[in-house]
Amino acid sequence: MLEFNLEFERGGFLLQAAARIEAGATGICGPSGCGKSTLLALLAGLLPPRSGTLSFRGQTLVDVAAKKHVPAWQRHFALVFQDGQLFPHLTVQDNLLYGYRRRAAGERRFELQQVLDLLEIGPLVARRPAQLSGGERSRVALGRALLYSPQLLLLDEPLAALDERLKQQILPFLRRVKQETHLPMLYVSHARAEVEYLADRTLWMEGGRLLT
Amino acid sequence: MLSPAEWDALRLSARVALWATLLCLPFGILVGWLLARREFRGKFLVEALVQLPMVLPPVVPGYALLLLLGTQGPIGRWLYESFGITLAFTWKGAVIASAVMAFPLLVQPVRVAFRLIDSRLEQAATTLGATPWNAFLTVALPLALPGVLAGSVLCFSRSLGEFGATMAFVGNIPGETRTLPLAIYSFMNVPDGEGAALRLAGLSIALALFALAASHWLTRRAERQLGYLDHRVPRA
Repeated sequence: MLEFNLEFERGGFLLQAAARIEAGATGICGPSGCGKSTLLALLAGLLPPRSGTLSFRGQTLVDVAAKKHVPAWQRHFALVFQDGQLFPHLTVQDNLLYGYRRRAAGERRFELQQVLDLLEIGPLVARRPAQLSGGERSRVALGRALLYSPQLLLLDEPLAALDERLKQQILPFLRRVKQETHLPMLYVSHARAEVEYLADRTLWMEGGRLLT
Repeated sequence: MLSPAEWDALRLSARVALWATLLCLPFGILVGWLLARREFRGKFLVEALVQLPMVLPPVVPGYALLLLLGTQGPIGRWLYESFGITLAFTWKGAVIASAVMAFPLLVQPVRVAFRLIDSRLEQAATTLGATPWNAFLTVALPLALPGVLAGSVLCFSRSLGEFGATMAFVGNIPGETRTLPLAIYSFMNVPDGEGAALRLAGLSIALALFALAASHWLTRRAERQLGYLDHRVPRA
């Protein structure tokens, strides 16, 4: 489904990663600084690789040798950032609908109400991100990504900013998203237990290399 | 309370300052964003060029404008021959002179505002289907609004007070280019002009204070409305 063989270098840090990833939830686990987030940014199209290729469902998204680079906004991979990156000037509802409104009606897989129910965030829609707790933010960020109806959901340590108690509250939501939406996901975390709880298979990363 | 000549000067100043601010805004936002977000060759030169009017004697940019945009200048002649536009010694020229002098005061707050915005917010927008231009319009620009407002008010106030460059480029023509500061200067140099000069000086101070208060109020309001203050809370 997702196939890549990418090389990226910045400031002396070299990342080399190649894998073929099947549908379902895949975890990528490794110590901080090993390049997990960089890999997700490369997949999402936020960073340009030095060399390599990336394809999704048979469609080539990146081929450095052929100068092909499908930009982030055309990949339909939603990325959930570590701290949510909710837009502070928009209400929760407008945050949730940001990507939804950029999808043609025929491409939408989820409706607002469905996602509000799934993540139990209905009562928050009128609030601003500043008025949310950490756990609420994580759920809104996840909801925003889902409503974009991505082909692939990339999660970059979505729980890292939360304390242990909150993590235990949010993890079941993530599992529920996986089970009810069947979206292919790539879940990155340094916490092995988290990854194993959610993912069907786990890849390891160390020192800029993906071990398969 | 004010004589017709004093009213003329006040009205003209307001008109010149308003147009100068509107003229500066698109360029100020673009340059502020470029300086905050992009690294490029010659960035230092762009920075220096933007700041130059602040450190030069104002008469120098005015003289440069006269050389370039005056009826005998390369751009001025072209404007006149192609479009029939004359800038030197007209109020439109006063707008250009004010805009050049006030531009750095707009760029600075805009640049700081863009720098304070986490660029990952725009990245998040692009992973949700927004083109970079779209992400700029829906995320970066609204978040930079307090800085843009503050800069606009500074730009407007600086334009109200522009003297040296205006004098050099468009002269001191009553009703056409005699703005508040030029009117004050003129009244200072005529017998019995002291009362008028004093009134206009007082008015200038009042206007400047009003503009600064308005800037403060607008910025605070925008910050509150945008949830901007929260945005700078350090992350866990």
